[in-house]
Amino acid sequence: MNHLHRDLAPISDADWDVIDDEAKSRLPTYLAARKLVDFEGPHGWAHSATNLGRVTEIAGPAEGVSALQRTVLPMVELRTEFTVSRTELDDVDRGAGSPDLAELDEAILQIALGENVTVFHGHKAAGFRGITEATSHAPVVVGDVANGPDAVARAVNALRKAGIGGPYGLAICPDMYTTIVESTELGGELLLDHLRKILGGPLVWAPGIQDGVVISLRGGDFKIESGQDLSIGYLDHDADVVRLYLEESLNFRVLEPDAAVALRLGD
Amino acid sequence: MASEGFHEPLDLLDEATLDYHRAMSSLCEELEAIDWYHQRVQATADGSLAAVLAYNRDDEKEHAAMALEWLRRRDEALDAQLRKYLFSTGPVTEVGSEAAGDTSASTTSGSLGIGSLKGVAQ
Repeated sequence: MNHLHRDLAPISDADWDVIDDEAKSRLPTYLAARKLVDFEGPHGWAHSATNLGRVTEIAGPAEGVSALQRTVLPMVELRTEFTVSRTELDDVDRGAGSPDLAELDEAILQIALGENVTVFHGHKAAGFRGITEATSHAPVVVGDVANGPDAVARAVNALRKAGIGGPYGLAICPDMYTTIVESTELGGELLLDHLRKILGGPLVWAPGIQDGVVISLRGGDFKIESGQDLSIGYLDHDADVVRLYLEESLNFRVLEPDAAVALRLGD
Repeated sequence: MASEGFHEPLDLLDEATLDYHRAMSSLCEELEAIDWYHQRVQATADGSLAAVLAYNRDDEKEHAAMALEWLRRRDEALDAQLRKYLFSTGPVTEVGSEAAGDTSASTTSGSLGIGSLKGVAQ
């Protein structure tokens, strides 16, 4: 048994398989940041911090003795709780094929949003700067979605001028993504295809992001460091429900602020 | 083509699968090299050559271990099997049978094994 205490849950192996499979099938759709930035690990639940290789000068312990304190970036544990009906789980054991896992589905969306927001906009309480906060470039204003190719081309040009190679990817908010998918240009070409050609990489539907951001996919610029990757653990239960949680530990670093350009829909 | 080991059209494989294949191929090559060096060490009658070949053979073991560790970090099922068998004591065949009565590794570990999604299609 580990710290997730799954063995203590009144859940059969078949039920665990259904719960885990539901999470595995839905999470990749929402986890937009992982489609664009480096992911290192998982290093395990006991992994607590990343060595940043830097020091801070602090007061020495005695006369004539100087002191430098090593700087580390601690991991943060993200968690969303949910319940599963014991009746639903019993029905799975009887052979029912589609249990109601609505609370799990909501928890999946919540923790994925948490990870996306951490990467794109930062987590101030944790000391993580997001990509749009850390970028050294001024944001590019898109205005109307029809101007998308022009705005993305300007963002890519800014990256190239800074010496940042491609391919490039675009993370974009769900509303703008939908508009792009539905749009064609004057020549009849799908706007989506035009943008992909400019980027040389994917457009990623990114719940949690404000507007959008163009980033280099060459690697080494943005890093999620994972302690424990997304896992499901057990909290407690009563006669009616089992209380579970989705959890991960991670930190996020922008290693090269020049490697991203934020897009703004309005001024 | 950097590798001839692909069994499916490349346009059906994502970047993570290609990297997985690269690491697997590298591991196979390192293990094969260990075997070849080992045979040569046994075959040569020249003691100084045997020492050089043994040194090279053991160097390949480090390379194999590095490739295996890269794979373990990305393959939940491989991770579970390595955790079950490596550094165990007693007969290896009994390690598996002892574990068989337990809950499956994926059930107890709890990790969903999502990992990197870079290169994964929308």
